Formats: sequence, structure tokens, C-alpha cells
Amino acid sequence: MSTADRGDGRADPTSAGPGTAARADRRTVASGFLFGCGIAASMIDLFIFHLGLQWHHFYDLSTTEVALAADGVFHAVGWFVTVWGLFLLADVRRRTDVSWRRWTGAVVAGVGAFQLVDAVVNHKVLRIHQIRYHVDLLPYDVAWTGSAALLLLAGAVMLWRTRQAGAAG
Amino acid sequence: MAHRHGSGHDALGWVLADGAIVLLLAAAIGYAVALRASRSRSPWPVRRTLSWYAGLGCASAALLGPVAGAAHASFTAHMAGHLLLGMAAPLLLALAAPVTLGLRALPVAAARSLTRLLRSRYLRGVTHPVAAAVLNAGGLWLLYTTPLYQSMHGSALLHALVHTHVLVAGYLFTAALVGPDPDPHRASMPVRSAVLIGFIAAHSMLAKWLYAHPPAGVGRADGEAGALLMYYGGDAVDVVLIVLLFSGWYAATRPRAAARAGMATGS
Repeated sequence: MSTADRGDGRADPTSAGPGTAARADRRTVASGFLFGCGIAASMIDLFIFHLGLQWHHFYDLSTTEVALAADGVFHAVGWFVTVWGLFLLADVRRRTDVSWRRWTGAVVAGVGAFQLVDAVVNHKVLRIHQIRYHVDLLPYDVAWTGSAALLLLAGAVMLWRTRQAGAAG
Repeated sequence: MAHRHGSGHDALGWVLADGAIVLLLAAAIGYAVALRASRSRSPWPVRRTLSWYAGLGCASAALLGPVAGAAHASFTAHMAGHLLLGMAAPLLLALAAPVTLGLRALPVAAARSLTRLLRSRYLRGVTHPVAAAVLNAGGLWLLYTTPLYQSMHGSALLHALVHTHVLVAGYLFTAALVGPDPDPHRASMPVRSAVLIGFIAAHSMLAKWLYAHPPAGVGRADGEAGALLMYYGGDAVDVVLIVLLFSGWYAATRPRAAARAGMATGS
């Protein structure tokens, strides 16, 4: 689901035709998914884990250079897709009515997908940073990965249940 | 450029500091003269005029104000000046569309010459987003990962060159990505998006790297505070750049009449 949605957001057809409703639907899903990934990467991480709980450190000084580079790209893409998702939403709104339930489902799926990628790639493969320091990580990893998978699943269910409404415009 | 006029600075330092004042004043007067020369034409948006003078204000604060004085001793103050001179001032100056204003104000023959100059191969090269991003981010990497930062504080000339580069490279980068001035060879949206993501990534990487490896002669606490300022201050300007980039896309992909009619019947 996720890769297809991302690809559709890039497409930029300008002609209005029979495919308009389907295109608006794809854009709605792409917008929500990008925005969900974006807020997970830029805002949830910054405001909850860095500034709120202060579990995350700005830079834990043990990071390898490859991981630091990957972190920079994640950071840049996080802000970029947040804004991209919002502009796609504005674009759908000026063309047709937005199916808000479908958009919300895509946002939930996006948050879950990003948190899952964050858990697997950033925490475990690249080891850029951990969820919390000086504690036994296992319960945190299980809670993080499990909640991410649940969010992704919940978003997928919401998208599935709204598919008719979305396709009809 | 911005040197305390105290002991230990040679005549060159004085000349360069005065040169910065003269250039900033010339930019302020030049814009006003151009506004006056083109007042018979269609109204010029007030926000552009405000943007130009706010940009010059940011550059002046970075080069001449108390920030500039403190930057000799404090890395954090240096970084505040750098954000003003390399990110805020270029953004505000580019949004003021100085080239458009110049073309309106100049007589036709002179305006044609300016257009020819802007279309020259050299300017086309340095205003390509990739080139402008490399000049901008590459300059920062050179400044902070080599002994250049330390040598800059010992040489008035080097100091002036670095600051000129930071402002000019920042301007070219901003203008190439989101500037309202005419750009006959503007890069496509995917290219500009990729360049902006690459630049933000490089800027945040460098900030985190500086957090752990402050330049020679900078204390640990000062280095960490400066790096945090670079990271979060850079983010604030970067988000504005992303929004402006998508605003351009949003305006360019405005639905045509057929699509709008469809919207009316659809709802």
C-alpha cells in the first residue's frame, strides 16, 4: 500500500476527465499518508520524545557517520513530506470534496508506517538513536513496534472501509 | 567586515568595515531610487519593499551590530549572525524581486543589457539549484570542518570574503529555488525538491557534527549551543523554503475552467 501511494503523489496530470474522481481519491490517500509520515518524523519525534519526555538526545555522540548522514536525510524528508501532504490536501480541496474519513485513515497508516520504519531501520539497523537510554530497551522496543504495527493496521482497515466512498468522489 | 574598531585591527579592517556599510547603504538607496523611477508603472507590492529592507536589516545586524561584535568571542553569537546573513537575509532579499524591479526601472536599452547579462552562461551556471546548493552548503563545510574558521578571525580580508560568500551563495540558492524574479531556465519541481532536501540534510548533518566537534578554539558548551541554534534556526528557515516551493507548485497547477465546472456539479 505504502509504496503505491507515494508513487501516485508524484504524478501530476493536468487534464480533467473521467479519471478525475479516481485521481482525487489517490491524491487524498497520498496526502494523508505523506502527512502522517511527516508528522511522525518531524513533530511527534520532536515535541514528544525530544522536548516533552526528553528520552531522545539531540545527538548521542556514539553515532557513526553513515547513521548521521541517514539521520539528516530522514530529518529533511520528514519536513518535506509534511508540507507536501498539506499542499496535496489543499489541491484536492480546491478540485472536489475531500473524503475526510479516508484522509484520516491514510494519516493513521502513515504515522504507523513511519514509526515502523523508524523502529526497524533507525533504532535497530543503523542504531542512530534508541527510544530511551539507561533502561532495559526490550519493553520499549516491543511497545514502539507493536503500536506502530497496530496503527498501520488500523489505518489500512479505515482505508479499506472507505474505499467505496473514496472512489465515488 | 564587522570589526570592532579597537586596537589590534589594521587599516584594511577599517576599510572593509566601511565598505560593508557603503554596500548596504547603496542597496537601500538603490531600491528606493528604482521604486521612484518605476512609479508610473503598475503598483509594486508593498510586501516586496518591506522584504528588501527587512533583509538589509538582517544583513546589517549580522555584519555591524552587537551580534557581529560578540561573534569574535562567541561561537553561538557567530552562529546567530550566520543564520541572519546566510539564511534570513537572502530569503528576504530574494523575495523582494530586485531583478524585476531593476528591469522595470531601467530604460529599455539598459534593461536589455541586464537581461543579456542574466542570460549569460556564467550566471546560468551559478543560478542552477545544484550549483547554488553546492556553493552554499560546500562553503559551510569548508568553513566549519577546516581551520578556515580559526584563520578567519585573524584576517580581516578572509573574514570579509567568507561573509560575502555566505550572503551571495545564500541569495543564489534561495532565488534559484523559490525566487519570484524571472528565471528562464528554472529547474523542474523534482530537481528543486531534491536539491532542497539534500541541502536541509547537509545543513542538519553539519549542525550535529559540530555539536560533537566544535571548531578549534571554541569551548564545548559554546559549541553545543551554537550547533543547536544552527540546527533549529536552520529548520525554521528551511520549512519556510519548503512552503514557498510548494506554493509555487500550487499556483502553477491551478485547475482550469473545466475542472472548476466539474467541482461545481460534483458538490
